[in-house]
Order: sequence, then structure tokens, then C-alpha cells
Amino acid sequence: MAKIYINGDEQDIKLPLNLSQLIAQLHIDKPEMVSVQVNEEFAERDDWDKTNIKEADRVDFLYFMGGGAL
Amino acid sequence: MIELTEEQILRYSRHILLQDVGVEGQEKIMNARVLVVGAGGLGAPVSLYLAAAGIGTIGIIDADTVDLSNLQRQVIHFTKDVGVPKVQSAKEKIQAINPDVRVETYYDFLNSSNAVDIIKEYDFIVDGTDNFPVKFLINDACVMAGKPFSHGGILRFNGQTFTHLPGTACYRCIFDAPPPAGAVPTCSQAGVLGAIAGMLGTIQAAETLKYFTGVGELLTNRLLTFDAKSMQFRTVNVRQRSTCPICGATPTIDHLIDYEQAACDLKKH
Repeated sequence: MAKIYINGDEQDIKLPLNLSQLIAQLHIDKPEMVSVQVNEEFAERDDWDKTNIKEADRVDFLYFMGGGAL
Repeated sequence: MIELTEEQILRYSRHILLQDVGVEGQEKIMNARVLVVGAGGLGAPVSLYLAAAGIGTIGIIDADTVDLSNLQRQVIHFTKDVGVPKVQSAKEKIQAINPDVRVETYYDFLNSSNAVDIIKEYDFIVDGTDNFPVKFLINDACVMAGKPFSHGGILRFNGQTFTHLPGTACYRCIFDAPPPAGAVPTCSQAGVLGAIAGMLGTIQAAETLKYFTGVGELLTNRLLTFDAKSMQFRTVNVRQRSTCPICGATPTIDHLIDYEQAACDLKKH
């Protein structure tokens, strides 16, 4: 088990795991729209399945927030 | 140099008392020109606090009229204002708080054909808008014009903001392109706790005042998000992305885009 940080919270995950797999595992809401940073670097969507998660990685999921009215 | 009248010295005394602001800082505020895009949930507290602070000129752009459902959070509009253009209602309250402030209103949508001309008149732009197409438009127009701005967004019990200065992370560095129309719920679909608008809008107002007075550190290269349910605030470091389509090493965007709005986002106008 490895300890990583997801949105600042410590979590244990089983490696090996890539970013796409992590997103599926966490049941991330609307993955087609979330922005992801790994260790404060923007992770390009096309590279998610090539981005391997390591011990102590900090993963942040950033969501659109737009407010709005009819 | 502005000569402060005795009345202004009293009005702004609580700013002047601050060592970090003083008369000099107050004068910078009074010489400032700020454009507030949107006179709704975020635009309301931003405009009220900037008016109170004595910002020299506040430009407000909004194509909407006041609706009863706005009053739950758009604190610059009152019950009597239902049906009135928001920019008119906002101007009235700004001038009632502070007659020193000059208000320039645009009863219109910000779009690719007017954004460049409007934005160039101002020193700092505040995004108080309620849809993604215009958030990207503001970002792109400001990046192209080299203008600083405050980005903001709220939904349900959450808020998110960052400040952009030329050379720092822009909206596209974090969020590459707008979500497909209808993909993200709007406040009218998902709801928003009214006070959240105040929480986020006043942060934007504070950032604006800090920009002009040079106090402290701006929220540049930092995305501040909060969850009001737990009252947890989080700052995520972000940075300029070399692959950013507008401010990166090889930009692919060279003109302003009017992205398609969700059918239910189209305002009755």
C-alpha cells in the first residue's frame, strides 16, 4: 500500500496504478470534465493512462464552478 | 495626486489608518478603474465593497434584469428593483453608498465583438459571471490585452477563485476549454447557498484592493477553493502551462471565441 494525497487528504492505495485507473477507482464525478494536477503539474488528459502514481504523490482534482442562472 | 477632502479623510479613515494602505494607498484606490463583469451573485458583493472602498471608476456589464429569484443572494438588488436592468440597480446603490465613485454601465452581454474595446478602458477586471463561455472569453481577452483579473465561480456550497497577472497561470492553464454546454449544472439547476456568493465575492473585492495598493500576496498561481459545509479552505498551487492554448509557449488561440451556451443558459433578453 502506498500513501498518496488526494485533494489534500491522505489515502492508501495499492500500486501499481496509473491516473486513469485512480480516477476510475475513486469514482470521480464526471471524469470527462475534471482537471487533474499531479504534484502541482497539470496532467494532460491524453497522458492519464501513462501517468504512474508513486508514493507521496499529491493528486488534485479541480472542478469547473460557474454559478449561473436561467 | 488626489487632494482628499476632510470628508473623504473621515470616510476612508479606516483604510488610512492601516499602515499598509495609508493616504497613498487610498489615492491609488481612488484612481483605479475596475470592470465588474456580471451584476449578480458575485458582482453584487464585489461592487458594494469596491464602492465602499472608493474605487475611482467601476464599470459594470450585465444584460439581465433583476428577477425575484436573484434576491436570495444578489444583495445589491432590492425587492423594488425586480424588472429593472441590473446595471441600473447596481449603479443606484453604488452611488448611494459612495457618491465619489464614477459608474459606467453596459446593459449588454460581453462577447467577442465588444470585449477588447470594453476591457481596454480598465485596469483590473473582475469575473462575476455565471457561465463558462464568458469566463473563457474574459480570460482570453485579458491575457491578450495583458490585463490582470480575478476569476470566480460558485455552486451549491462551494467557491473557487484565483487572480491572474500577466505571466502567471490563466484559466486555461488549469481548465483547458469550456465544458460542453449543459454538462455542468448552473445555480438555477443545482442551487447555491446565498451567503456563498458573499464569501467568494468579498475575496475577489479584497484581491482587487490588494492589487491597487500592492499589499500582501495575490492569489496568483494559486487556486483557492472552499467548501462552506465544512468551512474548509484549500489552496492548490497552479502554474502557467507551457502547453496552454493561450498563454503557453505556442498558443493556438489568436482570437476571441463565443462558445455555445447551454440552451437553458440563454437569457431572456
